[in-house]
Amino acid sequence: MTTASIPAVPKRRLRDRLPVVHQLRQSVGLQRGMLVAGLVITALFVLTALLAPVISPYGFAQLRGPDGRFGAQQPPSAEHLLGTTSGGFDVLSRVLWGAQTALFVIIVAVVCSLFIGVLLGLVSGYFGGWFDRVLVVVCDAIYAFPSLLLAISLSIVISGGQSSLWGGILAAALSITVVFIPQYFRVIRAETVRIKAESYVESAKVLGAPHARIMFRHVLRNATRTLPLIFTLNASEAILTLAGLGFLGFGIEPTAAAEWGYDLNKAVADVTSGIWWTALFPGLAIVLAVLGITLVGESLNDLADPRLRGRRRVAQSAGEVAETSVVPGGTLVAGPGGLRGLEDEATFDEHGIEVER
Amino acid sequence: MTSTTTAPATGAESAPKRSKRSSGGPSLGRYIIIRALLIIPTVFILVTLVFLLMRTTGDPITAKFGGQLPPDQLAERIHAAGFDRPLFVQYFEYLGQLLTGDFGTTLTNNRPVTEVLFTYGAATMELAFYSLIVAFLIGIPGGLIAAYFRDKGQDASLRVFAILCYATPVFFSGLLLKLVFSVWLGVLPVNGRASTGATIAIETLPNPTGFYTIDALMTGDPAVLGDVLAHAVLPSIALGLLTAGIFLRLVRTNVIGTLSTDYVDAARSRGVSEYRLVRKHAYRPALIPIITVIGLQIALLLGGAVLTETTFEWKGLGFMLAEFLKARDFVAVQGIVVLLAVIVALTNFIVDIIAAFIDPRVRY
Repeated sequence: MTTASIPAVPKRRLRDRLPVVHQLRQSVGLQRGMLVAGLVITALFVLTALLAPVISPYGFAQLRGPDGRFGAQQPPSAEHLLGTTSGGFDVLSRVLWGAQTALFVIIVAVVCSLFIGVLLGLVSGYFGGWFDRVLVVVCDAIYAFPSLLLAISLSIVISGGQSSLWGGILAAALSITVVFIPQYFRVIRAETVRIKAESYVESAKVLGAPHARIMFRHVLRNATRTLPLIFTLNASEAILTLAGLGFLGFGIEPTAAAEWGYDLNKAVADVTSGIWWTALFPGLAIVLAVLGITLVGESLNDLADPRLRGRRRVAQSAGEVAETSVVPGGTLVAGPGGLRGLEDEATFDEHGIEVER
Repeated sequence: MTSTTTAPATGAESAPKRSKRSSGGPSLGRYIIIRALLIIPTVFILVTLVFLLMRTTGDPITAKFGGQLPPDQLAERIHAAGFDRPLFVQYFEYLGQLLTGDFGTTLTNNRPVTEVLFTYGAATMELAFYSLIVAFLIGIPGGLIAAYFRDKGQDASLRVFAILCYATPVFFSGLLLKLVFSVWLGVLPVNGRASTGATIAIETLPNPTGFYTIDALMTGDPAVLGDVLAHAVLPSIALGLLTAGIFLRLVRTNVIGTLSTDYVDAARSRGVSEYRLVRKHAYRPALIPIITVIGLQIALLLGGAVLTETTFEWKGLGFMLAEFLKARDFVAVQGIVVLLAVIVALTNFIVDIIAAFIDPRVRY
């Protein structure tokens, strides 16, 4: 950082700079409770996903045990703690294995969209011009579109509707990726445009640093602040989109992987005849997984926003709010409709902040 | 698009915007025109995207009948429908058709897609309307209470409720509601828009609107109306809860912002009642961002409608979309998706205009 124009700031210790750890230390009371609860649930989810082969009593596509076939729609019993589905699978095993599928999809989807979205946002925001204009319009159009519909269209294109484990996971993940790219793009682009005007970037230019170095070293490093938040939002949205795809019959084949949305789709008919266990448990698994990740995301958001974090700040800090708050509106709405929270950035910049000035 | 267009631009263009503002002041008419023109590229991009996506897998005829018909018949039908021509020719033809309001004909039953859109669009709008009411009834009072009791027990439980609303997929909450109210308690119908008797009464009307509530009123039979409303309860709650969670959080955050302003303190010192403080002084100014985001929820609502309608066999656009998808009828799918995209773009336009009407600062 030879070009840094503010030498006085001491470097913080690593444990203060790690995204979630820092917020955990910063939080108090209720907010800490929410964050801790979220972290615990999320950890449980990840552990279940990793340990699914060990802890689940049967395979996700297993139809018969040592005593013959499981039988369809058996109520919960000692052998099948959560009963069996209409297809004759063990519900508990499918719920546990489903965590693994969900985790795979989250990882692939979020990593892909992160890379592509961040890169596009960075290049677009840094260079500007017609390329930037076109990308903004395209991303806005995609962003305004119901993401589930987009994911459906894409999953038809990618897999033709149904597929194997990795084919299905990739199809679902890539469908979700395309929906997410605009979100990363928008956030990183907005940050890039802001940071581009900072004096240290100009200094770097004057010193003759190449564009690539400025982009990745000076701009990107300072623009990543919001990423943990979007990451959690997208992770929860990925689970919901995957489940939605599965529910509509565009997910992964039941013999290829366990998928909660598919199981719920099959449970629709069961519910009408009073069979509750096939619907309840996969559904609860989705709710818990999304709840955990959303709690983490929501807490991160609140902690990043001074107005929501502490007591009332002095008026002079009002100017900083726009720069420090990640999602000023605080509406972390990453439902099937997209990451709406970030919409408010403009609204609050214009309304919330300017009102106070 | 609403602030979708303006959001990423704020950083880059706030400077020129300000200078425009200082010279002369913004005019609402100019804003409406610019904003209306912005709909065109949005819709255009979405139509292009949907068209390309649907065609990269091949033509709709092969998707629908591939494997069912002998190859020569298949080729004949593809040729007759014009799907063997270059893609860009088909694309421009499709654009031209759209401009004249022609969405093509479905492959499954040879109905004009436009007719499908009109028939089932009403059902979706009805569902969306009711669920918005549910969302408002729960979300806005909930948000006000949470904001007033910030960081207290009420706030905590309401926020957890809001997150739960968001974390529960509509089809799961729908299934639970069905299980409890229809199967176990038996107080509400399981699915559909009306029971057979009521459906017949409505369909035999001289010119039904497609909105069952209005049609039921026209039959003049309270039993029919009751039946239609009873069918709407569970789907509206399932879809409404999803949106209610979002409204709750939105209202909470924005009202917290306005509750800490000086004029609220001033009003409190003048002895304005706490209820009035929240309801009028803090709520009103918080409305603009709320309106904007509510407009954006239309996309979410439509996505949720697809799932809700499938869960409750509510025969609207979402239900039909799922059916057409299963039947691989991509002409119909394309039509429905394009219509939904246009609805989203138009709603966002209207929301932006309302926001500009209320608040002069958002104008260009």
